[in-house]
Amino acid sequence: MSKDVKIKRGANINLKGAAEKLHTNTITATEVVLKPTDFPTLIPKLSVKVGDKVKAGSPLFYNKEIEEVLFTSPVSGEVIDVVRGDKRKILEVKVKADAEIQYESFKQADASTLSREEVKENMLKSGVWPFIRQRPYDIIANPKDTPKAIHVTAIDTAPLAPDYGFIAHGKSAEFQAGLDALVKLTDGKVHLNINGNTNADEVFTTAKNVQINRIAGPHPAGNVGIQIHHIEPINKGDIVWTLKALDVLTIGKLFKEGKFDATRSIAFAGSLVKKPAYIKTVLGAKIDAIVKGNVEEGGRYISGNPLTGTKISEDGHLSFYDYQLTVIPEGGNNQFFGWLAPGFDKFSLSGTFFSKLMPNKKYDLNTNMNGEERSLVVTGEYEKVFPMDIYPVQLLKSIMVDDIDNMEKLGIYEVAPEDFALCEYACTSKTPVQQYVREGLNKLKKEMS
Amino acid sequence: MKALDNFMQKIKPKADGKFPLAYTVWDGMYTLFFVPGHTNKNGVHIRDGIDLKRTMVMVILALVPSLLFGIYNVGHQHFLALGEVTTANHVCDMFWDKFIFGALKVLPIIIVSYGVGLGVEFIFAAFNKHAIQEGFLVSGMLIPLILPIDVPLWMVGVATVFAVVIGKEVFGGTGMNIVNVALTARAFLFFAYPTKMSGDEVWVNTSLEEGQQLVDGFSGATPLAQAVKGGTEALNTMNASVMESFIGFIPGSIGETSTLAIGLGALLLLITGIASWRIMLSTFLGGYVMALLFNLWGANPFMELTPMHQLVIGGFAFGAVFMATDPVTGSQTNTGKYIYGFLIGIFAIMIRVFNPAYPEGVMLAILFMNIMAPLIDHYVIAANIKKRLKRVSVKA
Repeated sequence: MSKDVKIKRGANINLKGAAEKLHTNTITATEVVLKPTDFPTLIPKLSVKVGDKVKAGSPLFYNKEIEEVLFTSPVSGEVIDVVRGDKRKILEVKVKADAEIQYESFKQADASTLSREEVKENMLKSGVWPFIRQRPYDIIANPKDTPKAIHVTAIDTAPLAPDYGFIAHGKSAEFQAGLDALVKLTDGKVHLNINGNTNADEVFTTAKNVQINRIAGPHPAGNVGIQIHHIEPINKGDIVWTLKALDVLTIGKLFKEGKFDATRSIAFAGSLVKKPAYIKTVLGAKIDAIVKGNVEEGGRYISGNPLTGTKISEDGHLSFYDYQLTVIPEGGNNQFFGWLAPGFDKFSLSGTFFSKLMPNKKYDLNTNMNGEERSLVVTGEYEKVFPMDIYPVQLLKSIMVDDIDNMEKLGIYEVAPEDFALCEYACTSKTPVQQYVREGLNKLKKEMS
Repeated sequence: MKALDNFMQKIKPKADGKFPLAYTVWDGMYTLFFVPGHTNKNGVHIRDGIDLKRTMVMVILALVPSLLFGIYNVGHQHFLALGEVTTANHVCDMFWDKFIFGALKVLPIIIVSYGVGLGVEFIFAAFNKHAIQEGFLVSGMLIPLILPIDVPLWMVGVATVFAVVIGKEVFGGTGMNIVNVALTARAFLFFAYPTKMSGDEVWVNTSLEEGQQLVDGFSGATPLAQAVKGGTEALNTMNASVMESFIGFIPGSIGETSTLAIGLGALLLLITGIASWRIMLSTFLGGYVMALLFNLWGANPFMELTPMHQLVIGGFAFGAVFMATDPVTGSQTNTGKYIYGFLIGIFAIMIRVFNPAYPEGVMLAILFMNIMAPLIDHYVIAANIKKRLKRVSVKA
């Protein structure tokens, strides 16, 4: 059984500098970092101290609330620093990588022969568990829950996003091993949501033991929240787990080879990248070796895509969930009568720029806000890019005024900040929508626990 | 540009200095010249090119055809009243005379409206330590366009103060108001100074210089007032047939007479997506349906006026295009917008026909529906909530 979903509302932002489908080279990271800040609401507790030797798969820190959830080192080496922020909040745990990676060994078995508890234990211990996220709240899944379903998304429609099929190509065995592990975790179905716009890679189309759904349409069709909404919406009390198809590969490798192999291919993209392409690196890698000599001056480095990614410095590190490193021009220049300019070079979802007449143009957008924050005035613009049967503005307003009751009624359980990214992009009043949604989810979680 | 930037930076007053108003004014001016180069910090790294200034400017651009036509028509009606031109000669004769005469009458109203309104806004912004918001850019242009030409300037000022303070600032400023600001000004004048705002005296400027006199049989009545008395026939005798009313060389408020000019503005608003096509369409539809129903009833000549004719006289088109579509005071949900617009159309024609004392039914209809819009939205959203709850109970 499968379902075909066609998303109508939304928009693709065509940016210059999409990654060409070839792997240029492998960058061996000299330093990797795990950032507890990649995991919303997480309170980390350190398992190591500076100077400790770790292997790939050794725990660096764990979740204070659910102690079984470990965050393990992506490489072997020495813990060289723990960066702390205000109130001694842990921001980064730095590991200096060995030249030759040593792996902790975990259970190596066909997941379909294991029990649910054994599968969970293997995933928790090795540190692949945090790849699984849950709705509601868009946080790491709680291993004590049994989800209604698990959704694996195999498309990414965000600007300059990597092609999951290209990265996963030829890795059917690992992918299937990962899916088999996931199947063990739920009484319901595992859904694999694949690209319905073009032909999906055979790694995805030939997957077994899962329900394959084809999702077509513009961004945010690739957001798993949108997919769930159209396949089987989340109600109050439901728990659905989600993850990216590329993370399933890592889980698959764990069961096939018995190790936490955090190497991954990422898309290195953006208008300032000289040769945008795919690069083999490792989770949490320091990006200096990647970007050195390969980008133009004056860029903003983003781990992830330009809509939902995290701003990092040019010697910063990739975030846990990201398969993309984007470099776009940093803004900051005043624009003389900018609100009156004809705007051939600006992409707008409204019709107020002449660029509307050139639908296939690729844009080189910078990080300017193009205006100042204002009260919400214009209506209807969020709805155009929010393909759920939810009223986004009303939900946002209920979050702004801390109205928990209305947040629930208006469907906050179904959404994640990333689903609002296009709303935030389009907002005439420059409202920080994703930030509000994150705060709303955190508030709700606190209220419910 | 660079020189201007440097100069502006040089005279920049302190934000928390002795004169907060000075900073607000400076900030307002500076952001007018330069879109500040703020960059995105958290959340999205790239942003749409549009901002509130651009949105408002699009509306003002859309108002330009109505404004220019209004200015010209003020002159045309004036010279018509003097008998210096005939209705047939609306474009050829005395083009510049009419235009200059109109401009001299209309521009002071615009200046008063903007001056007073922005003044009040700046004071409130300084007082609240907010940046100046752009809402009044459009209101300031709408207010003159919906007033009769002979309104005294002090009244424009008083009405603008009332509208900005009571209509908007008490609710929290731009984006928070319940009723349309420009219509609040109009309604204030209508109810506070009825003698100056209705009747047949105010719609055409009849200031006479020495040696001039009004043409015989001049009435100065608007087509609406005539239609109440005599229906289609009366309109045709005063040169306000459907086509003539559509083009707009008829007496009326400054900007509302030409449906053609309004249509040009509507086109811009729709192409740019600034105004809701849902509201515009459903308002016209509502008006058409109501007029059609009155046709069937046919109790008096006004009721028998064809729907097309109803839509092109009075302020109906102007209200539907520029007032009903105000996103702040209108319905915010897409379903709600259809209902909201449709009811505006219905009520506008209904008030106009049933109560000849209030020929400007559009104004009252929109104000009334502004107040009803949150209720409509409430029920639209309640339906969505109910649907979500049902999903749970079906499962359970």
